[in-house]
Amino acid sequence: MGAATPAAGSPPTKHPRHLLDLAGWTAEQVHALFDTSDVMAQVMTRTIKKVPALQGFTVGTLFFEDSTRTRLSFERAARAQSADVISFAAGGSSVSKGESLKDTLKTIDAMKSDLYVVRHPAAGAPLQLTRWTDAAIVNAGDGRRAHPTQALLDAYTFRTSFPGYAGFEGVELAIVGDVAHSRVARSNVELWTKLGARVRLCGPRTLLPDELGERPGVTLTHRVEEAVEGAHAVMALRLQTERMAGGLLPSLAEVRERYQVNRARMRLAHPDALVMHPGPMNRDVEIEGVLADDPRSVVERQVANGVPVRMAVLYTLLVGSR
Amino acid sequence: MTRPANGSEAMSEPHHGGDRPTPRTVLRGARLIDARGDHGVHDLWLAGGSVEGVDLGGDAELEIDARGLLATPAFLDPHVHLRTPGQEEKEDLASGLAAAAAGGFGTVVSMANTDPVVDDPAIVADLVAQAAALGRARLRPAAALSLGLKGERLADYAALQAAGAVMITDDGIPVVDSHLQRRACEYVRELGLVIQTHSEDPSLRQGGVMHEGAVSHELGLPGNPAEAESIMIFRDCEVARMTGARVHIAHVSSERGMRVVEWFKAQGAPVTCEVTPHHLTLTDEAWRAFDPVIKVAPPLRTADDVAYLRDAVRRGVVDCLGSDHAPHTRAEKDRDALRAPFGLPNIEVAFPLLYTDLVLAGDLDLARLLELLQGGVARVMGWPEPTLAAGAPADVVLLDLDTEAAVDPAGFLSKAKFSPWEGRALRGWPSMTLVAGRVAFDRAHA
Repeated sequence: MGAATPAAGSPPTKHPRHLLDLAGWTAEQVHALFDTSDVMAQVMTRTIKKVPALQGFTVGTLFFEDSTRTRLSFERAARAQSADVISFAAGGSSVSKGESLKDTLKTIDAMKSDLYVVRHPAAGAPLQLTRWTDAAIVNAGDGRRAHPTQALLDAYTFRTSFPGYAGFEGVELAIVGDVAHSRVARSNVELWTKLGARVRLCGPRTLLPDELGERPGVTLTHRVEEAVEGAHAVMALRLQTERMAGGLLPSLAEVRERYQVNRARMRLAHPDALVMHPGPMNRDVEIEGVLADDPRSVVERQVANGVPVRMAVLYTLLVGSR
Repeated sequence: MTRPANGSEAMSEPHHGGDRPTPRTVLRGARLIDARGDHGVHDLWLAGGSVEGVDLGGDAELEIDARGLLATPAFLDPHVHLRTPGQEEKEDLASGLAAAAAGGFGTVVSMANTDPVVDDPAIVADLVAQAAALGRARLRPAAALSLGLKGERLADYAALQAAGAVMITDDGIPVVDSHLQRRACEYVRELGLVIQTHSEDPSLRQGGVMHEGAVSHELGLPGNPAEAESIMIFRDCEVARMTGARVHIAHVSSERGMRVVEWFKAQGAPVTCEVTPHHLTLTDEAWRAFDPVIKVAPPLRTADDVAYLRDAVRRGVVDCLGSDHAPHTRAEKDRDALRAPFGLPNIEVAFPLLYTDLVLAGDLDLARLLELLQGGVARVMGWPEPTLAAGAPADVVLLDLDTEAAVDPAGFLSKAKFSPWEGRALRGWPSMTLVAGRVAFDRAHA
């Protein structure tokens, strides 16, 4: 593939065969993946945004839960490298209630893909699938458990947007909102602490169990001002309105008052702090609407970086291991 | 292992009850142990469905070489799911009672959460009749506490008892309505039946699929806190004390829950409790492998809970073991963690597992383990103490305490051929189980 070959993308030790979470990945392997992402990002600036890197490979997207942006991002990442894409949407009624996960996979797998991108409402489902196929599995979000490519693109966005802290040493990340139900929060905690940063988790006790603070490098607080103070990046999490009906939260007004990431609170953060959000945003709920459009906000850059980071993930798993 | 004394073909199938007379049988050279003590090595003679005596003379129609084996009364299990009627794809009476016999059990109490529910005397009578014809373990059905397990109306307890029901329970579905629980206890008390409870508060349990704690928060799986169990155990014990009914708390899984049982026992409340083999040997850490085979209700708890349960077993707070053998199809367990059903099959490995992990590990005396599987269950149920004394039912298990073998689910007689202990090397495998003097299981011919 000539000049587009991401030669920088060979990690020093063999990375795991799948990307289920970031547990098996070393900081060096993650940085190597980011180096590959730099090459892919350069591809995305060209007039012709396509390289033949994955020509002949087939990527299957297996979404057991509705998602638009993540699925589009993966499909773009596959096609930009000339892979064929087959898509299976199993959300809603298309998977009969009684069909086992194994049977569903076996049906799709009969059509032969080299790698599956899987989103599932149940934690662990992508790991279960690895038992029943020879293809590589990329977790695109499983229940509340993990969303590793989101965490990778978040950290990559920080690395490319906050000069001087590319090594992540001494970096403080604040994650504010519904941490308990968030796979994005879990994967970011896993990744940023692995890279050397410290993470502060913030939310009401109903959405932030104490046990999540037991990991080294992680602190909990129930006061958003404390979480934000001096932070280099502040990530607001989407607040699902069903949390109110589920008895986990009082009114929207109170949540906004106590936990919204807004301009006033951002004054407590590092002067160059980034405002992040994994999307989709509830403007003026967990994040002040005008702050999302502020120069400190990298929300759109996060979405844009999703493509090169996922290109690097697909490339590394399909080609980098051979 | 069996050698018919008349030289006819070795039997590989159990005798079927009814028409043929029970063969006079001798178990040669077994070490005899029962609740009265360790009697040393003897020949145990069985005749007419009862124990005849030790070291007798005369002719045997069936000679069994039991040298090197331990002979003890066949085990009793107050808690199994045989899925009949209506869910025979998971288990039926033939497979479930064969599996029970393979585990050394001579009598099992089947739960009522079937389809249709066992809330009708005709269903109870039918189960008893079907099981008697199989010649495997004896079946003693439990009947539902509420019609259709709906938690709304009392079932016809006296008629169910007359048809053969030995326990009243909505096991599988906690009784939410405290008033209904009270009235059931009041009504059943005069019948002398035991009421068994599945004590979990559904509103606190919510959609929890595993124990709520550090592991569930890390893995992002919905948690079910131990307090959902302890709160409901408190309610159930308080209603037992209030009504004087005999209440048996099924599958206590947590330290908090066990402490509540202890507190009520100390006050003389008429409560008993059981623990399961899985809650004594597995923890929530097993969820890291994301195999829903270990999805059970109540859930596997922490190592601290396991240690506390084991201590409660040693101290005599635990009355008996209940396997909660709960088979499902492989396809059902191949669903994701949220949609896979609760329950695992374990009756065929229960004794070897506990013998290896508790007795051989030095955590428990063999005599205490046997008591939990024999006299402990009998006292909970109000049955006579099982012994090897002359005149006792000839329900006997021969245990091989020496041979180590790996758990091989493919060889299970249960329809559920999977196990969280697959591949574990265990000792204490039952070699043979006799029920009413007939061979109900013979490992050499299984």
